[in-house]
Amino acid sequence: MRFATIARLALRRQLLAAAIALGILSSGSVGARAVEIQYWQYVFDTRVQAMSEVIKQFEAENPGITVKQVTFPYADYQTRLIAAKAAGRGPDVMQLFYGWLDTFIAGKLVQPLPKASFKDAEIERDFFPIVSAMKRGGQYYGLPTAVRSMALFYNKDLFQKAGLDPDKPPQTLDELVAAAKAITKRDAAGNFQQVGMALDIARQDHNWWREILLRQYGGESYSADGSKVAYNSEAGARSLEFYTGLQKLHRVGQEGFMDEGQAAFRGGLAGMVVDGTFRIASYKTIQGFKWGVAELPTQDGRKANFGSYFANAIGASATGEKLAAAEKFLAFISSEKAMTIWLDKVGELPARRAVALTEANIKDPIYGPFIRGLDYAATPPMVDEAAQRQVSIDMINTVLLKNTPITEALAAAATREQAILDKFKGK
Amino acid sequence: MTALTSPRSAGLSGPWGRLSIATKQIVWAWTFLALPVLFFAAVRFYPTLEGFYLSLTDWDLLNEARFIGLDNYRKLFADPVFWQVFANTFAYLVFGTPIAIVLSFAIAYYLDRVTVLHGLIRALYFLPYLTTAAAMAWVWRWFYQPPPIGVINSILGSLGIPAQPFLRSVDQALPAIMLTAIWAHLGFQIIIFMAGLRAIPTSYYEAARIDGLGEGAILRRITIPLLKPTTVFLVVFSSIGFLRIFDQVYNMTSNDPGGPLNSTKPLVLMIYQTAFSSYQMGYAAAQTVVLFVILFSISMAQLWILRNR
Repeated sequence: MRFATIARLALRRQLLAAAIALGILSSGSVGARAVEIQYWQYVFDTRVQAMSEVIKQFEAENPGITVKQVTFPYADYQTRLIAAKAAGRGPDVMQLFYGWLDTFIAGKLVQPLPKASFKDAEIERDFFPIVSAMKRGGQYYGLPTAVRSMALFYNKDLFQKAGLDPDKPPQTLDELVAAAKAITKRDAAGNFQQVGMALDIARQDHNWWREILLRQYGGESYSADGSKVAYNSEAGARSLEFYTGLQKLHRVGQEGFMDEGQAAFRGGLAGMVVDGTFRIASYKTIQGFKWGVAELPTQDGRKANFGSYFANAIGASATGEKLAAAEKFLAFISSEKAMTIWLDKVGELPARRAVALTEANIKDPIYGPFIRGLDYAATPPMVDEAAQRQVSIDMINTVLLKNTPITEALAAAATREQAILDKFKGK
Repeated sequence: MTALTSPRSAGLSGPWGRLSIATKQIVWAWTFLALPVLFFAAVRFYPTLEGFYLSLTDWDLLNEARFIGLDNYRKLFADPVFWQVFANTFAYLVFGTPIAIVLSFAIAYYLDRVTVLHGLIRALYFLPYLTTAAAMAWVWRWFYQPPPIGVINSILGSLGIPAQPFLRSVDQALPAIMLTAIWAHLGFQIIIFMAGLRAIPTSYYEAARIDGLGEGAILRRITIPLLKPTTVFLVVFSSIGFLRIFDQVYNMTSNDPGGPLNSTKPLVLMIYQTAFSSYQMGYAAAQTVVLFVILFSISMAQLWILRNR
């Protein structure tokens, strides 16, 4: 015990000496002691601009640390990270989709956040609950700047033309179908000229089905610990039937109409589309018609939403003074200040409750429905986001294109996805 | 020549001087060839061998590669998606190549006889070949759209034919994409066929006509047999092209690459996805080896056919 105390004291004294030396050095010659850290994210114009602004403010507050922003096209992003890791030159702070976390931990690309500077209790108090998707084994691996949720975008002009009240968007799935039917227009040969509902599995509809409709019908997508697929159920069947029924039964939309769901909506040929916060910036440029946003329609009074986000994490290779600088930078980009910039420039919702849940934001006609949705949003863990998405896409396609019975398609998808989960666990 | 008797070569006059000129030429040739050979070995043969080795490991880019023997091949041959992809790849080859060859031959045959605006028409056929595959694929993707924006469906609609799903159909998507690939390479094949046609001496045709042969007989007995080297070249070239098809498929189905339901996915796209979406490098290497074996066999067959000529 005594020896340990002495050793600790000695260590503390050394640390103190080092800190003083560092202080003298950094106050004496700032330039010589400057630390440069690298921040990586994918290219998306507004995100890059917002981050440049955040970096400028951070550097002003922290002389001696410079942050270099490095960007890559989205499609190359993961590959670049992995290649950089192989070459031993990874980023100090990086952006990652929450669904990539397990892969990144397994590949030793990220390191856990130090508990001293990022306290669990504070994170859980200040951030929306979906931040828990960044926690593994009692350790947080990253924090988001902004979060995303889903809502129903609707074309007010088409509502009006169809005799619907443009200020009363559908609140239940039944109302959604009724509104969609009123808006849908087909020519004499039965071809869609205008759809009530833009359908797009590859974009957001697979999320709408798996994380929202399923829950609204009383089911769950995965078991609580995320290790088992749970949608092969009565609720799974009913929700899949509803989704595919929009095309097959109610005939209010068609996959591939105008190539993409968002193109159909932007083109003014779709009454409604389910999409995320990230689409706001693009839809704000629409000039031809008025549009609105509504909370997602419910079923049996059940609300559900899908929250997802890009988080920022510290690269596994950051050590020493780079690690210290990276910690400071991460704290800054997940601060209230940075989140305000992000909301203004990118249009994505702040991840901290205090910044998001302001009176003005909640009442905002565009942001409001998304922010209200965040409170009941679920963010299920994912081990291989792309592969799991493909399973849902294929499941919906077998029903739509091959007339596979719902239960059969559901069972096949559950088996395939379970294999993905099992394989990952085995790693 | 006197310049060659420099002090250096005089010093080497021992063993070097005793070599015959022919041997010296060979030595020099190999000295000059050494650079490209080394370069080729470094950028082609070494990675190829490395690929063979990787196919026996479970490398995922992040962790050390572990030797697992033939597991990747066992997994591949047991994977129903692989067999579907294999069938797709051969569908592109088996239907694409003959259609492309017959079509380009027919166009070249008649174009050869056109005297009015010959150059312009030839240039028009060749133009698509100059465009990037991605740009062409996106234009065709628009053509194939359902009403009200799809060009082909509007034409069908005006003829009273019901709209077709094309890229959204498991049956029509592959032929729809194959057609664009055929169209994209038509210009090149026409040019090569025309060069082949022009290379046949006109005296053969004159003699045949004097002997009273009809056009059909001339085509069957003179034109087609004499075009054999050209045809073999184009068949092999086009086969390899169809076996390696990627751009058209990837760009025309980018929402669900190789879809719907893997109905258009060729081997190269599967390799790409395995490697760069799932990071299963070992498994992707095994798929690459399979593709290599197929391409290699086809090239060997080509050599065999040419030798029998």
